[in-house]
Amino acid sequence: MVLVLALGDLHIPHRAPDLPAKFKSMLVPGKIQHIICTGNLCIKEVHDYLKSLCPDLHVTRGEYDEDTRYPETKTLTIGQFKLGLCHGHQIIPWGDLDSLAMLQRQLDVDILVTGHTHQFKAYKHEGGVVINPGSATGAYSSITYDVNPSFVLMDIDSLRVVVYVYELIDGEVKVDKIDFKKTATANASQ
Amino acid sequence: MYKETVLPRILEQVVNCKDDIAQHYLMDCIIQVFPDEYHLQTLETLLSAFPQLQPTVDIKTVLSQLMDRLSNYAASSAEVLPEFLQVEAFAKLSSAIGKVIEAQVDMPIVGAITLYVSLLTFTLRVHPDRLDYVDQVLGACVKKLSGKAKLEDSKATKQIVALLSAPLEKYNDIVTALKLSNYPRVMDHLDNGTNKVMAVVIIQSIMKNSTCISTADKVEALFELIKGLIKDMDGTPDDELDEEDFKEEQNSVARLIHMLYNDDPEEMLKIICTVRKHILLGGPKRLPFTVPPLVFSSLKLVRRLQGQDGDVIGEEVPATPKKIFQILHQTIEALSLVPSPELALRLYLQCAEAANDCDLEPVAYEFFTQAFILYEEEVADSKAQVTAIHLIIGTLQRMNIFGVENRDTLTHKATGYSAKLLKKPDQCRAVYACSHLFWVDDQDGIKDGERVLLCLKRALRIANAAQQMANVTRGSSGSVTLFIEILNKYLYFFEKGNPQITSSVIQGLIELINTEMQSDNTTSDPSADAFFASTLRYIQFQKQKGGAMGEKYEPIKIN
Repeated sequence: MVLVLALGDLHIPHRAPDLPAKFKSMLVPGKIQHIICTGNLCIKEVHDYLKSLCPDLHVTRGEYDEDTRYPETKTLTIGQFKLGLCHGHQIIPWGDLDSLAMLQRQLDVDILVTGHTHQFKAYKHEGGVVINPGSATGAYSSITYDVNPSFVLMDIDSLRVVVYVYELIDGEVKVDKIDFKKTATANASQ
Repeated sequence: MYKETVLPRILEQVVNCKDDIAQHYLMDCIIQVFPDEYHLQTLETLLSAFPQLQPTVDIKTVLSQLMDRLSNYAASSAEVLPEFLQVEAFAKLSSAIGKVIEAQVDMPIVGAITLYVSLLTFTLRVHPDRLDYVDQVLGACVKKLSGKAKLEDSKATKQIVALLSAPLEKYNDIVTALKLSNYPRVMDHLDNGTNKVMAVVIIQSIMKNSTCISTADKVEALFELIKGLIKDMDGTPDDELDEEDFKEEQNSVARLIHMLYNDDPEEMLKIICTVRKHILLGGPKRLPFTVPPLVFSSLKLVRRLQGQDGDVIGEEVPATPKKIFQILHQTIEALSLVPSPELALRLYLQCAEAANDCDLEPVAYEFFTQAFILYEEEVADSKAQVTAIHLIIGTLQRMNIFGVENRDTLTHKATGYSAKLLKKPDQCRAVYACSHLFWVDDQDGIKDGERVLLCLKRALRIANAAQQMANVTRGSSGSVTLFIEILNKYLYFFEKGNPQITSSVIQGLIELINTEMQSDNTTSDPSADAFFASTLRYIQFQKQKGGAMGEKYEPIKIN
């Protein structure tokens, strides 16, 4: 059982002062094995905070990030899954699933995690899964109205991943979960 | 009996001994030995002894101890509080302190402040609801400090910070502290460094308590208090400040801006204008930190007002999206002082999108104009240009407000600049991104198949040129990745039903890629291989879908 926290688009301090208190109390150091962050933290303080939750932190560059040296995309393997990470402002039209699927094919990953739209999405297609953890602070977005703060926790266990999405709605944290199984022959050539 | 007989006799003895060490010790004993209720009841008598003691006795320490004891006594149970009121403890202590400070002319300033800190602690414990008492204590402090230069003594400044922090901790609400008229006056006597320390303490208190400051007046008062962070005091920039510390400082101001809010749009607009007025005095170093949160705060207000016309006949409604966009325009313009063209470009694009949602075509067009001007004139770094042009294309793709002429002008500019990026692969990617400008999936969206194809063909030409360049410069072709990306775009529009993109066109592209990949000249690239493989898998999957999609894909052969 490997826990991966996926979050992004915090936009601190440009669009939000801090993570919601209820999220902060849930995110405790030492419980998570990896953190993948779609970008737009935006400042070093947030990077340091995430690093304190888990030393294995992966961040891709958002267009407002103070540190412009984050990579545009990142791939990593966790258990049997290949994960891809990209902020998403580079993929036009923004939020378009077909265009994101193309990136997924290009990175050759089972799970693609992107952000930018601030809207949670978990979408399965023939090539794998696309996840958007939304905005962890519920930051303003020109693309999505009424953003609820959200983040995703993935539980990776051999060929199965359970995606838990945590959303703060009207002051309460609501959890939902989605199951994905990787077929062993998914990457076999024709 | 204590009151009538014991205490007066003891005090007489203490005064008469005229030995400063003994007096100090004995007063100390009296305070420690006898119970607090006794002290309360004999307060006047006890306090009257102080001026009679030798001038070298450290009265302030003894007085502080007395007040601390009484403070603790008050905190021990609520039942004793009425007693304090009955004996008019505050008035007596306050006046006694005043007398002591007056009498001991040589008392160092830290001594006087310490006394006031003790008195304030006492007041906050015993009379928390009497803001006038609290203000009185601060006022006495101001009086003591006035006429002198700004404090240099670090012990004294520490005590003043303690003095000013006490009401914050007690009330957990900056709004209460804002009501204390002498609060800002005390702050004015701090040196610049300590002033800023105190300002940060204030902001931290607000953030910790999630206090919302909800009127323009309160915002004005608050920004007066924290002015040390907002602008350079005395007109001279603080060069000694460490860059990290400065960033932290300004980031805390940025966070603070999100705590200034009112549901009522008129009041919220007033708040925005107040904040704007203050941050524009901050100078180029501070603007990149303070402008973005104000911009987003304003955009949130615009969104709330969306749909409301505001042009109701007979009503003066200052808070309209149009008005706010004007303010936004001028605010973002200030970033040119820094200069921060990349940030300003992003903010202009955000405003353009918001204006689009408000059906304000000329306003949206103006924001795009500003963004393009910045791109043309200020964004020189090639990597920054790539991001900037993608942001422009991405935003433009979402615009539905533009009429044909305006849209054409902007898309023409976007595609033009895309083709002029420095590196060929970047050109290629930006140009095929532009294909989406001519095809929007909405009901009324533009669906210009020809121009889509033109973009894709142009991207292909650029990819070819990139290959040839690689041939010449490196002796072998570069990677075929760009071709595979373009193929994927062809598939995208093929599926959307662009009549210009036929299965034979796609077949041709697949053959081209196959040939390139098998050519001896081409450097082997495993990631390109994997990309092509997954693309072909996708095509196969679509073919096997059956139905309309399967039919569409039927003519395409992959092996």
